[in-house]
Amino acid sequence: MIRALLLAISATCSAAALADLAYISNEKDNTLSVLDLDTFEVTATIEVGARPRGIVFNRDYSKLYICASDSDSVQILDVKSGQVIADLPSGEDPEQFALHPNDRHLYIANEDDAVVTVVDTREKSVIAQIDVGVEPEGMAVSPDGRWVVNTSETTNMLHWIDASNHQLIDNTLVGQRPRHVEFSKDGSLLWASSEIGGTVAVIRTDQRKIIQQIDFKIAGVHRDKIQPVGIKLSDDGRYAFVALGPANHVAVVNAQTYAVEKYLLVGRRVWHLGFSADQSLLLTSNGVSGDVSIIDTNKLKVLKTVRVGRYPWGIAVKPL
Amino acid sequence: MNNNYRIKRALALLLLLTSTAPLAQPLQIPVLYLHWQPPVVAVMSNTLPPPADEGLRGAELGISDNNTTGRFLLHNYSLEAQRSEDSAALLQRALDWVAGGNGLIIANLPAATLSRLAQHPQIAGRAIIFNAGSSANQLRTSDCRSGLLHTLPSRAMLTDALTQFLVRKRWNRWLHISGPRPEDQLYSQSLRRSAQRFGATIIDSKTWSFSTDLRRMAQQEIPAFTRAKDHHVVVVADELGDFGEYLPYNTWLPRPVAGTQGLVPSGWHHSIEQWGASQLQRRFSEHAGRWMNDKDYAAWLAVRVIGEAVTRSGSDSAATVYAYLLGEQFQIAAFKGRKLSFRDWNGQLRQPIALVQPNALVSQSPQEGFLHPLTELDTLGYDRPESSCDFATTLPPLQAAAPLQTRANLSTLNPREDLK
Repeated sequence: MIRALLLAISATCSAAALADLAYISNEKDNTLSVLDLDTFEVTATIEVGARPRGIVFNRDYSKLYICASDSDSVQILDVKSGQVIADLPSGEDPEQFALHPNDRHLYIANEDDAVVTVVDTREKSVIAQIDVGVEPEGMAVSPDGRWVVNTSETTNMLHWIDASNHQLIDNTLVGQRPRHVEFSKDGSLLWASSEIGGTVAVIRTDQRKIIQQIDFKIAGVHRDKIQPVGIKLSDDGRYAFVALGPANHVAVVNAQTYAVEKYLLVGRRVWHLGFSADQSLLLTSNGVSGDVSIIDTNKLKVLKTVRVGRYPWGIAVKPL
Repeated sequence: MNNNYRIKRALALLLLLTSTAPLAQPLQIPVLYLHWQPPVVAVMSNTLPPPADEGLRGAELGISDNNTTGRFLLHNYSLEAQRSEDSAALLQRALDWVAGGNGLIIANLPAATLSRLAQHPQIAGRAIIFNAGSSANQLRTSDCRSGLLHTLPSRAMLTDALTQFLVRKRWNRWLHISGPRPEDQLYSQSLRRSAQRFGATIIDSKTWSFSTDLRRMAQQEIPAFTRAKDHHVVVVADELGDFGEYLPYNTWLPRPVAGTQGLVPSGWHHSIEQWGASQLQRRFSEHAGRWMNDKDYAAWLAVRVIGEAVTRSGSDSAATVYAYLLGEQFQIAAFKGRKLSFRDWNGQLRQPIALVQPNALVSQSPQEGFLHPLTELDTLGYDRPESSCDFATTLPPLQAAAPLQTRANLSTLNPREDLK
């Protein structure tokens, strides 16, 4: 009876309120999978634009921004209704983006155009375009909102953009094919992965210089197959998690000593990562195997692998 | 709206250039591209001829990519191109180029011309020549030249890549068919070497020398011609595409065809879209209005390799660039799923090879399970112990400039003796 009641309640609340919900973009299905982080089950699948990749929530989690790369637009999903309610102008082929702490400016990497497009989400208008290197990809905004950093895959640089005036200020040369950048919580360090170089660089934000390069080595995996892409840093400053692409592992890096402490076997071609709200869980999008692995970040163990759509790419988590 | 942004962006860039490096002089990096235009050969299958600007369009795109990077470092790349049917004229152009103090040349030339160019006393040691046009094995084995690097795969790399795939599928018994041309003989030699290397058997070998018009007669002629003991696959060596296009589906036994037609090993193909390659393909087709082929890719890669060395070393001198390219630290991402580097014993860029059919990528070699102590990429082509190269990884110090050779000394070249 109670169970039935609970079921009825959970049904009326749709898939929402009882747990963190992870939204996963499925690049080759043009859908989002919604994953309940309590039951580890997919509770909904939402149709979106063509080739969805980067996804990010606004501050109050009422909207989800979606890079619909082949639709050449950034879509806004109304989270409550699960409906796409608007398209933002985005420039051509948006792949990744970052939302400024002001909750208003979206910085979009336009892969085909060698530009970063700045969109005002309130006015739904483009307010600037900034020339960067060939094939812009990764985007991050520093926690204080001062710096916007973009990676360019063929130019092999990190481009430092002043968020106050949208001027490109500096460039940092890194390893081959930089894919992803992530600021530490206090913003003093920037972590950057180089997919083909096979390395992660740690950069001091104030000097914009590399202070540490991290290499990876997994027994039985050829070094050329170790291709770092997604990075997530735990808020307690303890760990950096690095997705190693076709090596099918996530590296657990000690964020203080930069030593790799462990490699966790996940699904095939692991691309991006996302934490649950309290960071006790880490999700990985495994493109080739079409699933998401769920990692316990305290025990550093893979708990479960859940099938989602084809080629899962981006992960964004909405807290309980 | 768009114009407005373009102007703003241009202004922003100008500001950036003037603000970050007010005193620095832009570094100019001129590159010469030489293309020998072969005489037109009539082939039976009048299929699509190779584009007249193959290679050149790739080099142009490479320059544009390099300049997008270069604008942040005040590096400015430029391309001068010369296409000619006259080898001597191309050699003269290279001599003038080097005499003018330049050291970077991309060559889409036949093997013999390339060899002469590379060993010319006015050029050897003063310039880096990137071979983006000749797949001749001898340039990677016995006729290596210091200063001559290859971004185009050798025939041996191609046939090894194909053979690994065939052997992995246990298609070990081959019926071999070759055209009569010298380049077909070279491809056939390469196939025989690969067969021996990876354990395939050529059960019969035939040379196509008919002059029948196969466009009308293939269904009658090919079955009779391909009657042989049982085999798994027909391997064909017909580089110009004279008859090979008519082999698939017309063979006596229902067998796949591979080699220069059918399943083809190639450095690049329009069907490659993995590893971010669709971005390069889109850039190229927007630039050239056609698909990117292996020669375009090799020329693009040569320019990108130059860009990488100049960006990382901060120098455009041929000696510095050369030392950087052959040093341990050099690596380049080039949309093949792994980093590429040069073999420091013969100057060949190691790279995966695509196996393609007309509209799809079938596989990519090296195949899993073919191992090598250094890198699996070195299971393709001639390995260090197999080459008798006298190849230096540094260029000798510059000699005092000597007077230029005259045109007369060069005009003795006969382009027909060149093997592609």
